Amino acid sequence: MSPELIGLGYIVSAALFIFGLKQLGSPDTAVRGNQLSSIGMLIAIVVTLLGQGIVDFKWIAGAAILGALVGGIAAQKVEMTSMPEMVALFNGTGGIASLAVGWAALYPFPEANSAFTLVTIVLSILIGGITFSGSLIAYGKLSEVMTSSAIVFGGQRIVNSLILVGIVVCAVMFVMNPDPTSPVFWTLLALSLLLGIMAVIPIGGADMPVVISLLNSYSGLAACAAGFAINNNILIVAGSLVGAAGLILTNIMCKAMNRSLANVLFSGFGAVKQATKVEGEVKPIVSEDAFLILEAASNVTFVPGYGMAVAQAQHVVRELGDLLEANGCEVTFAIHPVAGRMPGHMNVLLAEANVPYDQLVEMDDINPRIENVDVAVVIGANDVVNPAAREDENSPIYGMPIINVDKARTVFVLKRSMASGFSGVDNPLFFGENTRMLFGDAKESISKVIAEFKG
Amino acid sequence: MEAVFLAFILLLSIFLGFELISKVPATLHTPLMSGANAISGITIVGAIMSAGGDHGTMATWLGAFAVFTATINVVGGYMVTNRMLSMFKKKESPATGGGSA
Repeated sequence: MSPELIGLGYIVSAALFIFGLKQLGSPDTAVRGNQLSSIGMLIAIVVTLLGQGIVDFKWIAGAAILGALVGGIAAQKVEMTSMPEMVALFNGTGGIASLAVGWAALYPFPEANSAFTLVTIVLSILIGGITFSGSLIAYGKLSEVMTSSAIVFGGQRIVNSLILVGIVVCAVMFVMNPDPTSPVFWTLLALSLLLGIMAVIPIGGADMPVVISLLNSYSGLAACAAGFAINNNILIVAGSLVGAAGLILTNIMCKAMNRSLANVLFSGFGAVKQATKVEGEVKPIVSEDAFLILEAASNVTFVPGYGMAVAQAQHVVRELGDLLEANGCEVTFAIHPVAGRMPGHMNVLLAEANVPYDQLVEMDDINPRIENVDVAVVIGANDVVNPAAREDENSPIYGMPIINVDKARTVFVLKRSMASGFSGVDNPLFFGENTRMLFGDAKESISKVIAEFKG
Repeated sequence: MEAVFLAFILLLSIFLGFELISKVPATLHTPLMSGANAISGITIVGAIMSAGGDHGTMATWLGAFAVFTATINVVGGYMVTNRMLSMFKKKESPATGGGSA
């Protein structure tokens, strides 16, 4: 296969990636978009197998079959609630692959590489290593194998600065004397992995959506760096598309929490400010009364949070939504950008429960017309509906955009008991004039209301 | 000169990426991320070249390892994205126009 033909194959696959991503922009075409993108990948692989002077296929075949089995089984088995962990792991495998590709580019003649190539090799090892170890820590935090709260210790910044300095020194020494068996190289490798760990441990549970987005971006940039290292433009194109995607999502997540990226990365959450304690009386409601109010409502919005998924309540919530619609009521699901544990997670969980996607509305769409909502049902969400974010300057979440459920005519809050939510801030919503608390397990409470509807 | 050429490609691709992705609605952000993640498995191309080329034992081993991990990324990423996307359904009866998303 001539170099021109190889190049042409890569162009086709790049075009398919781009077109695939474009089609991911609408739920109607997204399935096809993903398929196009996978065909692009297949073309890139086939072209490489046929055209890049491959002399030995047995290692490739063995490794690919094994990898396909592991990836395929994981993709089939994973629960939708565990999607963030899965994506974190997939990010990690991509990162370590780029690390290995950069490393392998050193052989057989490390000295034969130009200084520029050596720098890009170092970069692919560095970014790949950070992506890999960072993703493993993210996985640990998300799956609660390890503590999900921020791990901070004295002198953390000094340690991190030392690691960074160490990496720069090793990188410069390595580029000047590229010997992959030298202690300098091994130190570089170890420090890259260490940096990934150090970068993710100080980030608390509520900030994980930002971290996954960022690691997603890194996995793309690692592929990009590997592309420079082996002089291959399809790696650069595809890698930078992914890098850009991750950065945009990171930015969206940060905005939705009203925090800068630096603030998320370098400070543990919550320790800064003490919210003004709100005092008041909660007004509990029983499911019979909740039913009567819902039956009379003509416009109901559900505001789900991750707690809904934990209670596995999404299916009964959808059933209640169907009953309300049959009753002539307009039903929507209002979703905050950081509901769930990764961008768009809540939408996937609701889609799994067969909620049609045209019922899902974004925060910016529901807020302007929230006054017309008869009942806003808050299920397992806390911070994203906390009016303190709007009103209390002392609140740690002050300034974060929220869904203004307190402005709806009636608010139902489903809550197990009166403990405060994830970041430990008190929520004045619970004491609101128009708020009714429906205590108990979310799934049971909703089931009782459904029983009333059917009875 | 080669480096400049590659940097040029990098620059254009990043701009293109920003343009493409900023149009994806929030509803699809999780599949977008896992789909993009699968694309980052493109590093498999480099892995194949190391594993199958004639660059010595060490390169073969590193390459084979990279083929393994990158394949997990590619196959797993595309399959899980497909699984998620096939759950997204439109409302069947368009008569009762509900949300305005």
